[in-house]
Amino acid sequence: MITFSGVSKHFAGKAVVQDIDLHIARGEFTVLIGTSGSGKSTTLKMINRLIEHDRGQITFADEPIEKFRAQDLRRRMGYAIQSIGLFPHWTVEENIATVPQLLKWPKARIRDRVTELMTLLHLDPQQFRQRYPHQLSGGQQQRVGVARALASDPEVLLMDEPFGALDPVTRATLQHEIARIHQMSGRTIVLVTHDIDEALALADRIVLLGEGKIVQQGTPLDMLTRPATPFVRDFFGRSDMGIKLLSLAQVGDRTRRGEEAAGEPIAASMTLREALSVFVARHTERLPVIDESGQSLGVLHFSDLIAEQEGE
Amino acid sequence: MKAGTSRVRRVVCDPLGWVIVAFLALVFGMSSLGWLFHALFPALDRPVYLQDSFASLVIAHLLLVGISSLIAVVIGMLAGIGVTRRAGREFRALVETLVAMGQTFPPVAVLAVAVPVMGFSEKPAIIALVLYGLLPILQGTIAGIESVPSSAREIAEGVGMSRWQILSRVELPLASPVILAGVRTSVIINIGTAAIAATVGTQSLGSPIIIGLSGFNTAYVLQGALVIALLAIIVDMAFERWSRRLQYGQSRAQR
Repeated sequence: MITFSGVSKHFAGKAVVQDIDLHIARGEFTVLIGTSGSGKSTTLKMINRLIEHDRGQITFADEPIEKFRAQDLRRRMGYAIQSIGLFPHWTVEENIATVPQLLKWPKARIRDRVTELMTLLHLDPQQFRQRYPHQLSGGQQQRVGVARALASDPEVLLMDEPFGALDPVTRATLQHEIARIHQMSGRTIVLVTHDIDEALALADRIVLLGEGKIVQQGTPLDMLTRPATPFVRDFFGRSDMGIKLLSLAQVGDRTRRGEEAAGEPIAASMTLREALSVFVARHTERLPVIDESGQSLGVLHFSDLIAEQEGE
Repeated sequence: MKAGTSRVRRVVCDPLGWVIVAFLALVFGMSSLGWLFHALFPALDRPVYLQDSFASLVIAHLLLVGISSLIAVVIGMLAGIGVTRRAGREFRALVETLVAMGQTFPPVAVLAVAVPVMGFSEKPAIIALVLYGLLPILQGTIAGIESVPSSAREIAEGVGMSRWQILSRVELPLASPVILAGVRTSVIINIGTAAIAATVGTQSLGSPIIIGLSGFNTAYVLQGALVIALLAIIVDMAFERWSRRLQYGQSRAQR
């Protein structure tokens, strides 16, 4: 879908991105992670040409991006940023409809699309459609921001630290939503963050950048278990690496089917990390597990948390 | 019934309405105020200005202000928009200096220079007024555009708006309250300054003032000044309403 070959970008003679090779497959959730100044935002903005690269080649849908008119390219890619950037003089509806308006969709279609997106992002259309951004909480504003990015059903969604300014609870909820949207639509998503837990929770593939270069890229599991350099190991954390590994797997993966146990059940979609917390809090070694429909699925044993990961 | 009384109360309590009533009374009833000015200025033979009707002077004055303000708004906004574009940024200091010079130059001096060149007409007066009124509009436009949140601009660009769309849909609407404040200042200044047009033979509310000054008729000066002051107050109040409505309509959305 998007490839970088030998891409560099210099600002005032200094390389901020250096010789990057990257292949983002269709439908993949790619997370660009790194410390500040690592070039991750620059890399993202080169995709929709908010920043023009000065060496190498970037292609989108097998065409070099210079072949597109910048405006056309951007209208095919959703864009959401940390500061959200809702237009303060437009209502929620008008904000979400920004790109469909630019693409001159018929009014009825825009209306339907706005309703659909607001429902998707759990914003009551009745209640919020005519509100102005300043009447919304930070979390609601970013929901609108994400809805706007999705409005024209773009082929790619680019997100620059979209949840960075939100409180932890709202952030977790929105991460959950975006994961759900990715699963439902199979859309290609490129997300920039410096939050390691966010990267591990969302990414199909993590690209770790340092000083403008790609240090390592791979699945979250690869990054944790096979760090290429000491920097990678430090970045993802030595001491709580085990905890992070637990966050990659779900309760359902380790549940012993058909068994039964007493106590309040936990959801199969919970991560093992969250389950560990429940084990400790309840002073128990066995937790009953239910699936999404509330049916009893089996029991999670404490000792199974440390079982070998499948496929390892 | 209740709605009716509250509407009556709103009209009665509205200062703008009273100022307009006072203004109209003065404009159309000046000649019948002869007794008052006789009493105030017993030394004068003809204490009420009768050469032209005040209504015609008001219209001439408003035309002068309207035309010069319109030109100032167009030039000031275009210059303000121009110097906030990427290509025009280099010219910003130059344009601001030039426009500021326009305001430091006294309008009377502009007339003194322009009249020998262009002759007696309304043109030199319009030029003087335009130069004098440019600065607040230019500053308002620049300040307004600069107050647009950078995140809104980044998104506008990021979703694929053209430069024209960014300007017309995002920058100008968000800048409009500040631009309007600049226009308001400029127009009010202009209403006062337009009086000097009378010195070069152009009819305006300045005519009674100038004639009164040269003929030692203080009553004329007072009459002209009163009407100008009321006119300025009315226009200022109207602008205040407009800007309040603008703020209710959209820009209260500013965080």
